[in-house]
Amino acid sequence: MRSLIHVSRPGTRIPDHSDQIHGRERILMNDQISTGLDFTNIEDMDNFTLKRKGKLKEFWRRLRKNRAAMVGLILMMFILFCALFANVIADKELVTKQDASIRYVSPCREHLFGTDEFGRDIFTRVIFGSRISVVIGVTAASTALLLGGFFGSIASFYGKWVDDLIMRLMDMLMAIPATLMALTIVAALGGSTVNLIIALGLSYMPSFARIVRSSMMSVSGMEYVDAARAYGSPNPRIIFKEIIPNAASPIIVQTTQSIAGMILTAASLSFIGMGVQAPNPEWGAMLSAAREYMRQYPYMIIWPGVFIIITALSFNLVGDGLRDALDPKLKK
Amino acid sequence: MVKYTLKRILLIIPVCLGIAFIIFAIMNLTPGDPARIILGQSATAEAVEQLREELHLNDPFFKRFIDYLGDIITKGDFGNSYRTSKPVLNEILNRFPVSLKLAICGMITSCIFGIPLGILAAVKQYSKLDSIVSVLSMTIVAMPAFWVAMVLIVIFSLKLGILPASGAVGWKCYILPSITLMLANGCSVLRITRSTMLDTIRMDYVRTARAKGVPEPRIVFKHSLQNALLPIITTVGTIFGSLLGGAIVCETVFSMPGLGSLIVLSIKSKDTPMVTGSIIFLAMCYSIIMLVVDLLYAVFDPRIKARYKNS
Repeated sequence: MRSLIHVSRPGTRIPDHSDQIHGRERILMNDQISTGLDFTNIEDMDNFTLKRKGKLKEFWRRLRKNRAAMVGLILMMFILFCALFANVIADKELVTKQDASIRYVSPCREHLFGTDEFGRDIFTRVIFGSRISVVIGVTAASTALLLGGFFGSIASFYGKWVDDLIMRLMDMLMAIPATLMALTIVAALGGSTVNLIIALGLSYMPSFARIVRSSMMSVSGMEYVDAARAYGSPNPRIIFKEIIPNAASPIIVQTTQSIAGMILTAASLSFIGMGVQAPNPEWGAMLSAAREYMRQYPYMIIWPGVFIIITALSFNLVGDGLRDALDPKLKK
Repeated sequence: MVKYTLKRILLIIPVCLGIAFIIFAIMNLTPGDPARIILGQSATAEAVEQLREELHLNDPFFKRFIDYLGDIITKGDFGNSYRTSKPVLNEILNRFPVSLKLAICGMITSCIFGIPLGILAAVKQYSKLDSIVSVLSMTIVAMPAFWVAMVLIVIFSLKLGILPASGAVGWKCYILPSITLMLANGCSVLRITRSTMLDTIRMDYVRTARAKGVPEPRIVFKHSLQNALLPIITTVGTIFGSLLGGAIVCETVFSMPGLGSLIVLSIKSKDTPMVTGSIIFLAMCYSIIMLVVDLLYAVFDPRIKARYKNS
């Protein structure tokens, strides 16, 4: 792939005559053809598949075609933008600043989403809440991925009784529904943001271990791994160049999709008071507080919920899109 | 078939023991001294020590676990609640019917919602209806159940005033929670119905049936749906299992006196035996339901039946 990127020059597109052409030969052809042919004719360009697209480009082309995934990507950008630039969009002071004179103000120009029972600006809190949710989702998914990846790869690498032992243990953990497991751990450790991340990471770990193990196993039996071994490649090279890149796609998809589930679970746990604690502007916790006032002030429950939906939806859509774009069975 | 059933039933025993151990171990990580929590901050050190002795808290961890397990197996005794000092099992069994009813309602509404829409979306693949259904299901999946519940309460209880917002007395109380659970879980039924129906609709035997001139409804329900049923059953079973314990949020929002709200209440009052007992109880129910699903699978799938018939 490196050689392909090496020759890429923006603006020149080279026809692909055969899929079988080896990378090195392609470079030679590149240099000959790049000056000789004119591809301003759109029909010509359509007839030839793009030459030096490389894996990433090909992946991006397929992802771009998927409308749902693009919508998801835009929504994800929006949420990430809110999280990154929260202090530019809104004033951090207002997150916890209480003002009795402006309690229960309905949405207006000054307070876009209204104010809550302490006179705090809901818009500011919702925007800053995106930081908490994104951080929880991403760190919890990484925790689950690290732990699951560790156990899964050990199981697939050593096989035999190690594999049996680890996987039976994971099966046992999976026999407890993830939400219940997370609740158990939070109940034991006490409700806080860090404990919530630990709980989510641990309760999603078994499914990660399972998928890492199965994708590593399916790849390590492949002919190209045998070929690399026969070729005399050292073990680390086989692991990093052959196994990991080829085993990665189901793991990436699972990680993205589970972020959505984790954000929803985190919000639910905070809602019942077992997660992020007040006065942190977590969406679930905000809704929990708004519950008491929803009779008189129903506007309080709208926006935190909408933001949870946008976040979870974006990760789900992007996850589905990644799955479709990375699936070799769906190529072309 | 008998052998398969026996094998599955025997396999559940180590799983249940494992579950009990994991949950017991996690709950014993709880910081703080239970005896101190029961007696309060003003209690003397001697009183606390005495209670620790009474509750066997000074025993080594494994001995306590074996004793706990022994009591459950021999006497069905999950210990006594710290909060009410009554047996944990009584409280669990008192509250279980509400959770069970709720889970059944949720499962039925999810099927009513998911299966017909899934079939429709699959039969009319790539149509406008199909894309509307998929957009709708993606959005609904992203909605947190407690938020849906709150919106439903605002609309139907507070604005229109036609349905009760809380409690579990009478069938009316179950309507809004059922709708909440339907939206939260119906979409996964819908998705699995659609995708398995799409798989079976492309099968050769469906094409043969069509070529024979079998009427379309019969093709859809007899040839496709019947063969797509297995994954649907698994999904519905999983949903039912997780609803038993996973309706915690729903029970909290609608203030229903089920097991879920018992767990939340017990966690808040640091009632460790109650939390441990009810979570073990729920996790075991879940495993048993998964076992039943597996057995149903064998009943419906002639291939599994055949494999065990010969041996």
